[in-house]
Amino acid sequence: MKTKLMTCLLSALLAGSPALAELTIPLLSFRTGPYAANGIPNADGYSDYFTLINERDGGIGGIKIDMPECETGYSTEKGVECYEATKEGAILYQPVSTGLNYQLIPKAGVDEIPIHSIGHGRTSVANGKVFEWIFNYPTNYWAGASIAVKYLLEENGGSLEGKKISLVYHNSSFGKEPITTMEKLAQKHGFDFSTLAVDHPGQEQKSQWLQIRREKPDYVLLWGWGVMNQVAIQEAANVRFPLENMIGVWWSGSESDVLPAGESSDGYKALAMHAPGSNFDVYKDLKTYVYDRGLAAGNGDQMGTVLYNRGLYSAMLAVEAVKKAQDIHGTSQVTGPMVRDGMEALEITEEKMVGLGFANFAPEIKVTCTNHGGQGLAAVRQWNAETKSWNMLTDFIAPDSDVVDPLIIEDSEAYAAEASIEPRCN
Amino acid sequence: MSDTMIFAMEVFLNGLMAGVLYALVALGFVLIYKASGIFNYAQGVMALFAALTLVGIMEGQVPFAHLINATIGTEIHHFGWHVPVLLAIVLTMVVMIALAWLVNHFVFRHLVNQEPIILFMATIGFAYFLEGVGDVMWGSDIKKLDVGLPQGINTAIDEYTYGIVNYGFFIDNLDLVATVIAAVLVIALVAFAQYTKQGRAMRAVADDHQAALSVGISLNWIWVMVWSLAGFVALVAGIVWGTKSGVQFSLSLIALKALPVLMLGGFTSIPGAIVGGLVIGVGEKLFEFLIGAPFLGGATENWFAYMLALIFLVFRPQGLFGEKIIDRV
Repeated sequence: MKTKLMTCLLSALLAGSPALAELTIPLLSFRTGPYAANGIPNADGYSDYFTLINERDGGIGGIKIDMPECETGYSTEKGVECYEATKEGAILYQPVSTGLNYQLIPKAGVDEIPIHSIGHGRTSVANGKVFEWIFNYPTNYWAGASIAVKYLLEENGGSLEGKKISLVYHNSSFGKEPITTMEKLAQKHGFDFSTLAVDHPGQEQKSQWLQIRREKPDYVLLWGWGVMNQVAIQEAANVRFPLENMIGVWWSGSESDVLPAGESSDGYKALAMHAPGSNFDVYKDLKTYVYDRGLAAGNGDQMGTVLYNRGLYSAMLAVEAVKKAQDIHGTSQVTGPMVRDGMEALEITEEKMVGLGFANFAPEIKVTCTNHGGQGLAAVRQWNAETKSWNMLTDFIAPDSDVVDPLIIEDSEAYAAEASIEPRCN
Repeated sequence: MSDTMIFAMEVFLNGLMAGVLYALVALGFVLIYKASGIFNYAQGVMALFAALTLVGIMEGQVPFAHLINATIGTEIHHFGWHVPVLLAIVLTMVVMIALAWLVNHFVFRHLVNQEPIILFMATIGFAYFLEGVGDVMWGSDIKKLDVGLPQGINTAIDEYTYGIVNYGFFIDNLDLVATVIAAVLVIALVAFAQYTKQGRAMRAVADDHQAALSVGISLNWIWVMVWSLAGFVALVAGIVWGTKSGVQFSLSLIALKALPVLMLGGFTSIPGAIVGGLVIGVGEKLFEFLIGAPFLGGATENWFAYMLALIFLVFRPQGLFGEKIIDRV
């Protein structure tokens, strides 16, 4: 009886304490609510890659990855609650929410857990001198805006003089991110820039598209999320705005954004930080070690979609950062601060990506103490409604550093002054 | 005529159309409130559930497929057939009637004569439950809904107005169809409430549950009928809004657009829902065009609709067409 009691007590204690000898990387997912269609593929890809690493390699450096999942419903408040509930023992977070990212910036340093907001969040966190715990490689919104303009310059023989570009944006911190950059780019290249805000959730956009019909911009940039994207693409088709002159950010370029509009969405373009599709070697391993063993996350029906691939990509970057941290510190059981060191020394070369089964999937990345944003490259891809597939139109394009870098310095230094942060990396 | 005036006319017309779409959602709220005094928080989710069910039936999707597969290890997702639109609508209506019966049987018949706040909270619970059931039953992915409703610019209006003012007005074909549907729906519902035995019984129940019971009206029957009617209105709203944006979980948020309409039109008036919708639609679109976009950075429609409704509330708390409540003490 005494032994049984002791066993019960020990089990209860173990169940209540953080998992031992595991690398805890919580997933703050949103599989329910208005943004579920975006959250599900991303969470599935993220989860499947960690399952692959656990099944094929026995974890990272011999230690399994533990991925507690917490449902945020894409609510910033719930996201913060999820963070607080899962942070014990956590070594890294990769939340997919700009609002949540803003909330976690001050917490990361206190809890000593790095935050990686891939291609989203506050752009100026790319300045590692100020934001010690926050990373946003491989690219960011300001880089994205400048890449869209570079692409349009290429399309227009090197000049956008006299052209009109409108930004249709989600009226939130996410949607407002590219505005300042676009204003600077408008001054530099002589185009006329205007903005049209759309309130959450974006189900009704008649006013904005009537204005576009009246003002006849040459190009429309779309900085939307969720239902806002589907409605914007449908409304653009309704007012007969040429879809090939509309470019969405990488969060406005998933299959679920274009499929509801059917044939009308043909020709729509979007920025890409990585390739779509399942024609990569990593999928062979996923099939062998994850799908065929019945371990796929969710319904197992998202493979090859843009956001599933983003989940895979995010998880791959996390795993490589942890490996780097293990190399640097000579231990497999790394902590949050060690992973931060790993992230700051991360270098993803094409050779490495070939080895990981991600050949030609995404551009090379080099992160440093001062540069937490990587090289910021993105490509442009186009939707083919007939084949229901994205086609890459360009190689990965470098951002306009002359415009973007000073803005990053200016914004991050303002934050440093406000939060009394001493610059580092000296 | 100045360009601003011409554009304002186009915005005005589109505001009317948007208002009709808001009214379609508001009608469901009015029906249930009128018959039972319940503010049905779940009306938006009912529109979502109805649209999900319609697409699921049309595409021959197996309900609860993920749950079934996870439980017994099968790999079934579709029956392999496609159901014609009209039959699918009828079958969806059968599901909505069954839902109405279930809601009444398991929830509301146990809450007769309870305070309105209790009933309201029950609908909040029902909304979250139904959203979860919809998710498990049909999945969370975005579904394209095509029941044959036309979409895109109406070229006849475009060409006609171009001939008159040298600028073609944009009116969406889907909005025109929605207007016709809403008009038919309102006429049918008003006629039902005023001229049929069941409609009069519904109004009697709304006035006083116990008095209605005492004269032999079956409360259960009336409530099932009203929730079924609200389910039908939700299906219509789900079809129109689902055609616009695809069927997805944000569809439940269209209820947010109906609230100012109700505050303005009154919670108990079917024509009030239409008039309220039109006032809100035109008001928010014109405000955005004339003041919001040029001076306030745009995206004013959501808060302006509520502000407009608040102003009406101050001067006429029961709304434009709502019944004035007089309590004798």
